[in-house]
Amino acid sequence: MITRPLPFLTRASALAALVSLTGCKYSILDPKGAIGAAEKSLILTSTYAMLVIVVPVIILTLWFGWRYREGAGARYEPDWGHSGVIEIFCWGIPCAIIAFLGYLTWVSTHALDPYKALGGQKKPLVIDVVALNWKWLFIYPDQHVATINEVAFPVGTPVDFRITSDSVMNSFFIPELGSQIYAMAGMRTQLHLIADREGTFPGLSAMYSGRGFSDMHFNAIATTDDKFADWVSNAARSSVPLNTGDYVRIAAPEEKAPVQYFSNVEPNLFNEIIAKYMGKAESFHSGVKE
Amino acid sequence: MLGRMTLADVAILDSPIIMAAGVFMALVVAAIVGTITYTKSWVYLWKEWITSVDHKKIGIMYIIVAIVMLLRGFSDAIMMRAQQAMAYGGHAGYLPPHHYDQIFTAHGTIMIFFMAMPFMIGLMNIAVPLQIGARDVAFPFLNSFSFWMTAVGAILVNVSLVLGEFGQTGWLAYPPLSELKFSPGVGVDYYIWSLQLTGLGTLLTGVNFFVTIVKMRAPGMTWMRIPIFTWTILCTAILIMAAFPILTVTFGMLSLDRYLGMHFFTNELGGNQMMYVNLIWAWGHPEVYILILPAFGVFSEVVPTFSQKRLFGYKAMVYATVCITFLSFVVWLHHFFTMGSSANVNAFFGITTMIISIPTGVKIFNWLFTMYRGRIQYTSMMLWTMGFMVTFVIGGMTGVMLALPGNDWVLHNSLFLIAHFHNVIIGGVFFGYMAGLTYWFPKATGFKLNDSWGKASFWFWLTGFYVAFMPLYVLGFLGMTRRMNHYDNPQWTPYLWIAAFGALIIAAGIACTVIGLVVSIRQRHLPQNQDVTGDPWNGRTIEWSTSSPPPFYNFAVLPHVDALDAFNETKKRGLEARETPVYSDIHMPRNTPAGFIMSVAAGIVGFALIWHIWWLAIIGMLGVVGTFIVRSCNDDIDYYVPAAEVARIEGLHNARVAQLELTHVA
Repeated sequence: MITRPLPFLTRASALAALVSLTGCKYSILDPKGAIGAAEKSLILTSTYAMLVIVVPVIILTLWFGWRYREGAGARYEPDWGHSGVIEIFCWGIPCAIIAFLGYLTWVSTHALDPYKALGGQKKPLVIDVVALNWKWLFIYPDQHVATINEVAFPVGTPVDFRITSDSVMNSFFIPELGSQIYAMAGMRTQLHLIADREGTFPGLSAMYSGRGFSDMHFNAIATTDDKFADWVSNAARSSVPLNTGDYVRIAAPEEKAPVQYFSNVEPNLFNEIIAKYMGKAESFHSGVKE
Repeated sequence: MLGRMTLADVAILDSPIIMAAGVFMALVVAAIVGTITYTKSWVYLWKEWITSVDHKKIGIMYIIVAIVMLLRGFSDAIMMRAQQAMAYGGHAGYLPPHHYDQIFTAHGTIMIFFMAMPFMIGLMNIAVPLQIGARDVAFPFLNSFSFWMTAVGAILVNVSLVLGEFGQTGWLAYPPLSELKFSPGVGVDYYIWSLQLTGLGTLLTGVNFFVTIVKMRAPGMTWMRIPIFTWTILCTAILIMAAFPILTVTFGMLSLDRYLGMHFFTNELGGNQMMYVNLIWAWGHPEVYILILPAFGVFSEVVPTFSQKRLFGYKAMVYATVCITFLSFVVWLHHFFTMGSSANVNAFFGITTMIISIPTGVKIFNWLFTMYRGRIQYTSMMLWTMGFMVTFVIGGMTGVMLALPGNDWVLHNSLFLIAHFHNVIIGGVFFGYMAGLTYWFPKATGFKLNDSWGKASFWFWLTGFYVAFMPLYVLGFLGMTRRMNHYDNPQWTPYLWIAAFGALIIAAGIACTVIGLVVSIRQRHLPQNQDVTGDPWNGRTIEWSTSSPPPFYNFAVLPHVDALDAFNETKKRGLEARETPVYSDIHMPRNTPAGFIMSVAAGIVGFALIWHIWWLAIIGMLGVVGTFIVRSCNDDIDYYVPAAEVARIEGLHNARVAQLELTHVA
């Protein structure tokens, strides 16, 4: 953190933001990364497209309701119940809007596919994510460090999250960066995200997972390359190693888990966590004993 | 002896809230039992209601269950709103996770299975046989059994409040959280067995009404002369028959996991949790349309009646309904775009979901153009309908937004989603059922609901809905996810306070409904509240051609249907009651306690399985099977009403109508 000369001002402005609520962070509508930005514009485009039909329907409902109220003396045709022209519009307008939105769906779903690697000159940073009861374990397979409830990555570097769970289902979500993906035991899902701005963004589980679910959040720190390197070496200095034996201990259920760093992480840990559910008889038995 | 039940399971001792709820429930039950005993009504109740196979009475009982469970589900809602408004920063709120998690699970389960479903089935019971000119449903005994299974399921849910606990898994009980390893208590078992009982009842209702509508329509009622409400119920029955077996089997497999150590949905040994999620939504999405199609049907009756005009685009309405029925089975994956399927799969389900909005949009336009060049009478029913049209298009819009996978990846499971489905369920389903209740109430009871209280209820519900749920849309954009017990983002708090205030406005709406019911019942004998003719709204379909409430045989002479809106045509031609009708003997089913006894026995089985009291489960099962065998061996299940008796009952009715005409002339 940069030391601020006037901490009072910072606090005062934070308070002002809180009170006014106009300067509030609409996480989804104030994205800090390319994926989130694309999703924000998709939300807006699809909303505008539908307002084209929604607003007239609301107006017509109120207008017809007023115009044709009993006693208003408007034209009354009790036996009129069909008009080819109107029916063409009834089917045609929704069809046209859905055709547009369908096209938008096809294109955007492929463009924003969470499994699709993000382009760019920089090599993606791989981070393995394990949802535990009720905390997040982040493993950096190339940096050999791991953390609980804190994840950091450099701004502008695509991040390749590989996600699993060693418990119930959760959903890995950093609202300001974009998409979320489920974390499921015995399965590996994938999510590519990128941050365009420095900052600390709240992350959470977006899938209810039991008693400690509400406190299952973490900070995602997007920072410069240098500071990220510092962060990694700081974690590597941790005296707590993370091998298979230690893992059993840290995987035990825990609520409001504090941030923790681990060094010397067992290289194959992430794959082992998935493999133990993969149906082999011996891994099943070890699974039952847990 | 008592399985895994111990004294510690009497949850009433856990917290003052549950104790208060338990005492309140005990007082209500005591008051009801006391009143029945005091008025010596037990025999009447047994003969006329509990053993009744009359679809009109069964419909009324369904709606009573729905209203009672609405109160229960709504108390859960208001507790959740209060908790979330309070529990920010370091505050834990007043509900610990163990209790809060049960409340949101129970709220969803109750509102869908024990409020909306009984409400809808109640309306179809009251209206459908009358709309198609039938004397009862195809299988009256099955109908009574279906109702009591639902009632017993509802009772099991309420028992969980004081004995043991309810699930803490969310209303669809996703595994592995709902598996024994993560939910070892009785909560999930209460969930499974109460829903299995009511689910079986619903499935049989689907079969019953499908057969009724296909086989028992009045002579002359061709497919394109069926009233739209009955069309929507036909489609709903098809959806129920296709979807509910999936639910039963899915819960069955979850039970095998929990009771016999199998691994359908566990993490281990090849279990696949996403198989459950797929299956539950293969039921769950059609379920949404099972709820909304009948509401669409109600609007299609209400709009023409109170616009005093033909429905615009009847055929388009029928085709749109059928389209929705088929499409509702190919969209289920949109509930989990976040699973990690390929872009092609996600895009496919996104697009199929959007396509459903086309026939739905057509329906909205058809109601609009029914109002066009009509003479709209602003009864509370018309207000519910117009409130629906304005509100539902907003809910439809947010639904299509969620149908884009790219949008869903940031809005999935957020409060935006919660706002969306409450927008369509309250603004669509519930408004529709309230309109339907007001519309057919005089038909079922012989007197009208007080419309001033009905209008007051509508305005409170409408404003309450907007105040309670618009902030939730905003909270979705603020990144708030559902089912949070507490949070530390102070930015969310003001919106949650507004939402809590909205819930209070809705409470006023519910209070108006209840007061309206009480006032209407107390003032039922006032001449202006009586429905003597059987046609209080100048209705268009043949249920209005018989008296209110109809005689137990519905129609003395089966009507002949020669047009759409047949009763309106009859009235226009003025042919009504000009010829002296020729009565003949009427074939009717006998009342039977078998449905009630089987359901109670099935409830005992469910209760015993929840608590692992195996001997009691066996006794209960013997009760179910034994009663069924006895019933199957009984040949005396029907009788004939002699023509003379029919003539006598009709004579009384005609005398009342004549009396009324005389007073009018005078």
